Amino acid sequence: MQMQRLLLSTYFLFSPERRTANMAASGGRTVGSFLWKCGNCCFNFNTVSSNLTRQVLSRQLCVSAVLHRKNLAAAGPEKFSEEFIKKQVEEFNIGKRHLANMMGEDPETFTQGDINRSIAYLFPSGLFDKKAKPLMKHPDEDTFTKALAVEKHQDRLRGKDLFTQDAKQISLVGSRWLLKEELEELLVETISEHDYARFIQLMERLLSLPYCSVEEDFVQRYRRQLEIQSSKQQVQPLQYDQHGVAYSTGDGRRKTATGTVLLRDSGSGSISINGTNYVHYFPVLQDREQLMFPLHFMGVLGRFDMQCSVSGGGHSSQAGALRLAISRAMLSFLSEGQVETMRQAGLLTPDPRIKERKKPGQEGARRKFTWKKR
Amino acid sequence: AVLRRTSQVRPLHGSGCGQQQEAIGMETRPETFSIFRTQENDPACQSEQHLGQYYTVPPSHFHTVFPHGLPPRYQQQVKTFNEGCVMVRQPALELISHLKRADYSKPTLRYLLYGVKGSGKTMSLCHTVHYCSTQGWLVLHIPDAHLWVKNCKELLPSSYHASRFDQPIQASNWLRNFRTTNEHFLSKIKLRQRYVWTKRESTEEGRPLGELVDMGVSRVKSSSDVVGAVLKELRLQAGGTEGGFRLAVAVDGVNGLWGRTTLKKEDKSPVAPEELTLVHNLRKMINNDWCGGAVIATLSQTGSLYAPSSAYLPQELLGEEGFDSMDPFVPVPVSLYSEKEFESCYLYYLDHIHFHHWLQHPHSQTEEGKKELIFLSNRNPSVLERLCAFL
Repeated sequence: MQMQRLLLSTYFLFSPERRTANMAASGGRTVGSFLWKCGNCCFNFNTVSSNLTRQVLSRQLCVSAVLHRKNLAAAGPEKFSEEFIKKQVEEFNIGKRHLANMMGEDPETFTQGDINRSIAYLFPSGLFDKKAKPLMKHPDEDTFTKALAVEKHQDRLRGKDLFTQDAKQISLVGSRWLLKEELEELLVETISEHDYARFIQLMERLLSLPYCSVEEDFVQRYRRQLEIQSSKQQVQPLQYDQHGVAYSTGDGRRKTATGTVLLRDSGSGSISINGTNYVHYFPVLQDREQLMFPLHFMGVLGRFDMQCSVSGGGHSSQAGALRLAISRAMLSFLSEGQVETMRQAGLLTPDPRIKERKKPGQEGARRKFTWKKR
Repeated sequence: AVLRRTSQVRPLHGSGCGQQQEAIGMETRPETFSIFRTQENDPACQSEQHLGQYYTVPPSHFHTVFPHGLPPRYQQQVKTFNEGCVMVRQPALELISHLKRADYSKPTLRYLLYGVKGSGKTMSLCHTVHYCSTQGWLVLHIPDAHLWVKNCKELLPSSYHASRFDQPIQASNWLRNFRTTNEHFLSKIKLRQRYVWTKRESTEEGRPLGELVDMGVSRVKSSSDVVGAVLKELRLQAGGTEGGFRLAVAVDGVNGLWGRTTLKKEDKSPVAPEELTLVHNLRKMINNDWCGGAVIATLSQTGSLYAPSSAYLPQELLGEEGFDSMDPFVPVPVSLYSEKEFESCYLYYLDHIHFHHWLQHPHSQTEEGKKELIFLSNRNPSVLERLCAFL
């Protein structure tokens, strides 16, 4: 350990111009404790360089309002107790002496102002906020006061038996925040987009705090339930014909083509469309692949026999219509989970695209007339 | 290490059966037999046990037997795979057994192969032609009768018969191919009649057929008449006792002979098929007034004119006139691949694609992929071939 410190100090002496902040961040053997305070959260890199132990522990403590509590709740060996603070003070002093050595000044007469100047020299920062720049201060000055106050509050609560380990979370599944329009309606005043964004941010922050379940009612007032999609599908029951073979029908539409399908179980995978074989009706491979997709997706390729009839549209839209019809007919043969997978695969959604209207002054829906310069 | 075989005749190797996956970089175990191939390369000896298996046409025979008869996609496949493999299927076997048992002193029997588009009629015909040539028959193979009734650039009025038209290019092409197929017969057959072509040229009686054919190839103008002469001679001599040979007339797309043509005379009036010399002579050939051979024909919708694409039955494609002329005939239906045939075709392509090209869609080797192929092609041979060509 001594060796390491010596090496490092020599390194610093020989290259005082090295201003890489990585020195401090690359764990292990930094010479002191550097406190980096940012606006919202503070990160405290504490490196314990104990004199005796070989191991170098670099513990990272995030002292943000959120994680601070969680840390304590989880496994809290790090209490901001007196001994801890004493250790921090010790480390600060050692660091101060090392810094003085680095700058080539007398460690005894190294004041706080000198410390500030040396830090500003070693770690120049382009940030404007004074609080964001690296600093090194005595721990007693306003570092741990907040933490200590919080600790005191928690002890008081424990005394009153109000400090329960509450891990209850508000369930947010299946609901969404209010839209801007809905919020305006609720508050009966106009809100700018910026304000709305800030509102959502604050609500999210509220949810991220522990014990937010206390304010569940308040939060739920600003959330709306989403409708569950899959419950919209009506699955028709299977019908059986005289031989006991199960069959079902389905119909689908795509872009002026309509198709109906009669799906029969325990078949051999033969398909007839409008009386002709599907290989003759759809000579294009793409159309046959469209027909194949629902069956292949559920893995029932050779199981069903199909009788289809289709009219209207072109060959692609007829194939699409039949595909939708097949998926709908298959619903009655499948289980709930499979229905859900089909829905998520998009097999049950009718394709809403239709031919766009032609506008006056243009040749087509989008195409404009040829532009002539004169 | 990767084994690359670049020899002309591929040694028989095995890829096992079913869905055995072979990782890239693994050596293939040379097995003597595969499930989908057979050693029996002689069509005469093939029987039901070979159904669904591929036999290789020996490369030496390939160009003599099939100069012009094969479907174009199959020719490409032969070029790619460097071997000509034909699957033994039920219609071809049926035909061959008929040919074996037929009585050749009676008037010729006519066989008609029909089926949906892409089900393998032409390939069955070629299989039968191979059989005939191995048996030493004289094969008259017309690759596609539709070629004679459409897309003809030159139509000459016939010198022999005033109202008929000649097609010199088609006729000379066909004569050339005929010569390649039947080299050994050309010197043996002697003409029985004297043919006069022009004032100065004539072919005497007793000259070998080869001379006639050569003349037809060189003198393009009278090639159609030469064709007619050749056909007549062969018809007369086929069942003959002295130096008798059997004559096989194999016509692909026979429905073209009785339909309409797309050709037009100079005054824009359409030409009927009878007015073409080639067609006229061929019709005489197909009539069963001669003996000592067989007529094997296929219907084809693909090249046919003015026929709907869903038509495949003889009545629809031949029309009234054609049906009456062909009647009586032995119909031989050609169906789509059965399970077993599909399996072996699939394995064949897999084998080639996997072993020879190292392009493989890994999915196609699995059971799922096979089911997809079955669905997409509905076991139609040509569709399957097109699909597998992607992979």
